[in-house]
Amino acid sequence: MTTNPMCLKIDPERVALGLQQEAMEMVKSAEGELVLDFSSVLRIDSNVAGALEQLAGLADNRSVKVVLRAVNADIYKVLKLLQLAQRFSFRS
Amino acid sequence: MTENVSSLSDERIAYLEGLVRQGKTAAAVFTQFTQHDVDRIVKAIVLAGLEQAQYLARLAIEETKLGVLEDKAIKNMVATEFVYNYVREKRTVGVIREFPERGLVEVAEPIGLIFSITPITNPTSTVLFKCIMAIKTRNAVIFGPHPKAWRCCQEAIRIMYETAVKHGAPEGVFTCLESPTIPDNAYLMRHKEVKLIDATGGPGAVKAAYSSGKPALGVGPGNTPVYLEKTAQLDMAVVDIITSKTFDNGTICASEQTVVIDDEIYDLAIKKFADLGAHICDRKETELLGRTVIDPETGFMRPMAIGQKATDIARASGLRVKPDTKLLIAPIEGVGREHPLSVEKLFPVLSVYRAKSVDEALRVCVDVNHAGGLGHTAVVFSRNDEIIRKFSEAINAGRIIANSPGSIGALGGVYNDMVPTFSFGCGTGGGNSTTDNVNLYHYLNIKRVARRTQAHMWFRVPNQIYFNMNAVENLRHFPSRSTLIVTNPLLEQMGHVDLVRRSIPAQTAIRVLSIPDAEPEVKVVMQGVEALNLHKADQIIALGGGSVIDAAKIMKLKYESPEADLEELAAPFLDIRKRVVQYPTEKINRVRLIAISTTSGTGSEVTPFAVLIDKEGGRKVTLADYSLSPDVAIVDPQFVMSMPPGLTADTGIDCLTHALEAGVSIHASPYTDSNAMQAIRLVFKYLPIAYEHPHDEEARSMMHNAACIAALAFSNASVGVNHALAHAFGARFGVAHGRANALMLPHVLAYNASVPTKFMPSPNQRGFIAHKKYATMADLLGLGGVTIAEKVKNLVAATEELLDRLKIPRSIADLGISEEQFERAMPDLAKIAFDDPSWRSNPRMPLVSELVELFWSAYRGRSPAKPGSVAEPVTAKEWSCV
Repeated sequence: MTTNPMCLKIDPERVALGLQQEAMEMVKSAEGELVLDFSSVLRIDSNVAGALEQLAGLADNRSVKVVLRAVNADIYKVLKLLQLAQRFSFRS
Repeated sequence: MTENVSSLSDERIAYLEGLVRQGKTAAAVFTQFTQHDVDRIVKAIVLAGLEQAQYLARLAIEETKLGVLEDKAIKNMVATEFVYNYVREKRTVGVIREFPERGLVEVAEPIGLIFSITPITNPTSTVLFKCIMAIKTRNAVIFGPHPKAWRCCQEAIRIMYETAVKHGAPEGVFTCLESPTIPDNAYLMRHKEVKLIDATGGPGAVKAAYSSGKPALGVGPGNTPVYLEKTAQLDMAVVDIITSKTFDNGTICASEQTVVIDDEIYDLAIKKFADLGAHICDRKETELLGRTVIDPETGFMRPMAIGQKATDIARASGLRVKPDTKLLIAPIEGVGREHPLSVEKLFPVLSVYRAKSVDEALRVCVDVNHAGGLGHTAVVFSRNDEIIRKFSEAINAGRIIANSPGSIGALGGVYNDMVPTFSFGCGTGGGNSTTDNVNLYHYLNIKRVARRTQAHMWFRVPNQIYFNMNAVENLRHFPSRSTLIVTNPLLEQMGHVDLVRRSIPAQTAIRVLSIPDAEPEVKVVMQGVEALNLHKADQIIALGGGSVIDAAKIMKLKYESPEADLEELAAPFLDIRKRVVQYPTEKINRVRLIAISTTSGTGSEVTPFAVLIDKEGGRKVTLADYSLSPDVAIVDPQFVMSMPPGLTADTGIDCLTHALEAGVSIHASPYTDSNAMQAIRLVFKYLPIAYEHPHDEEARSMMHNAACIAALAFSNASVGVNHALAHAFGARFGVAHGRANALMLPHVLAYNASVPTKFMPSPNQRGFIAHKKYATMADLLGLGGVTIAEKVKNLVAATEELLDRLKIPRSIADLGISEEQFERAMPDLAKIAFDDPSWRSNPRMPLVSELVELFWSAYRGRSPAKPGSVAEPVTAKEWSCV
């Protein structure tokens, strides 16, 4: 039996908070996969980068696969430069 | 370096790693910023820097005890306002420059995290400058200030950072080492996340930066020579030198060090210096000064003197000077260790030298330049442009400042239009990677988007072509005083020369030069040149086949430009527009060349090629240049009506080869395609008739036209590998050119239609299209077939059928050449064919092994390899797909 992955649409007005609060909580209860929808996020700052790093750490510990959906090329480049891209899966 | 790093405590390493992490994150986040974001932040930090210019200057003076408060404040203002004036309109995000006419676009890519060393001499101004550059280019910086200027730099960085972040810059974009040490620098220089080191500091720091294995910007030491030449505006020069040398007590490394003054103005110049507040040292004072400010052990200036006032230095040296003395001037008589003051002096001490001549002055300036100032800065005062030019050629300096102050001039943007900077690249002379005034472009990776461009093409043909029966009569339109007819004995015998004579205007003096009916040798060409000179000819009429016309082309070349070196002109080239050897344009004689062809094959009457036999090398040398093209071509079929069948067949196939090769050439164009196609159609239709019914006037006429039309095509699109093979084979075994072509032709068609092992670079073509063009030729000949492969196969078969009908031997073996003989010749054949320029426009780039295979296919004859093309349907529309 497969379960539907949990999904969270990231609010562009509070990206870091959304990751630190809702996303972290969802990782704790997720089974298998968590999809974070970045389609409304145009840019990230260093707080978001930090929150993503934390989230990746927690997901590793809990064996949860975190999928970032609809990440634009600019944000993807930031994640790549910070060696964070390899810690997530990406989906269009 | 390793030792230095190993002395760092774990705590210190954690601290450094924290700085790197912050900088790396800031740099990554910064990549998302737009030009507008960046420009807004730059303006804000510039204003903040300007506002705090005096405050930061005071901090710098208090901490470093070097320089002059007012001047440091000015430097801070230059580092902000002048730098801003330079960078404000510059694009540094996304597309930064476009060159539409060249199809080039430059796109900026930030560098990332930069480790930046700043000096003690210009501490805060350098920090302000680098902060502006970093924000403008979206980079993050960790600053490593000079330990004795750390606090003032930290304050400058704080001001810039807080303002930047307030206006949206990423957190961590600037950080500053607390209590920086050499091991800190070493650790950061080697850190993998530090992408560039910008070392504006002493030789040790610069050397460490370049030794780190990282990309680095560095500065070099200076020792600025100044040539004060006798035509200089003396009042201006003296004020400029004093202004510059006393600016911030001489701490700018571009400031003047030794002034070499022409004897004629020396005394007056010295007086003017003295009048404006300089103290002129006598011999004893010079010695005292030298001992005080220069370390005799090292030969370098003593740190205690750097940035100090002239009066303080005088006092320390035991000199008595007026209290308002601004500059100490020490006459010296040479450069080197025995003249201690000839080195760099970052304080208001200037050495002067009296030169008896321009040469002596330049020699001394060169000596000063080489005494520790290579690549840095030099100054010349002169109203003589020639003197400035000589000086600039003699001196190795990234900045040669003419008629203005060295230090402020080198900073750029004040006295000249150089890029404002606080970091002077000194090139290889100073151990640096650039001679530039370091600027924002050094903080960017510049990516170039290079769009595909179409090479300019051409379609060049003789001015006039007369054709059809009796076209020779048009000769009467060409007045001449003295005409040389170049022909061969057989044509003379046949009465062709008389036909020509009858059409030449009556008053013309006519001479005839009969040359052997064979590809011309140099000695034959030179006979012709001798005749042209003897008779002062103004017109050549070349009456014959390709050999005669080629000979006449080269005669014309050597007659008009006797210095032309045929061997050099035959040098290989890949692109006629970029060739190394150019044909002469200066001519001592002028002669019109009219070519009347008596065969229907080479098309030499319109081509820019001429073949010469190199007997010693056993090869044909091809000359190619549009200046070789005849001025007028006459294509009159009456001269070919009596061609024997064998010659008709060989020359006709030569013509067909020209058209087929031009058709698939990488230089083919719609202009050449139309000619190539028409020639192919005419040959397939009329060559068998001309061969079987030699007196058929229409067939002869059309074949004569076909040869000329095919030549128009290949004169502009060139030929291909078939010709390369035929040239090598024909020269080696004495086989006529047309026949040699015929032996190769079916095999080359199949070869060119197959998927290449190596593609030819061909910017004017969209993909590999040779097979499609062959298919289109087959369509236009009505050969049938559905797929490309079928059509190509039909074209090859039709060509073979034509060769059979013309009774042309179908294999090299049929010529009586044994297999052993051919095998022995093969290494040479392959080499010569590969050296032949003909294949450079072939659609497939032939490997040497493929040339060998083609030779063997031609040796065995029949059954050329099957073309391995794709089998899609093709239509005639694709003909014009180039």
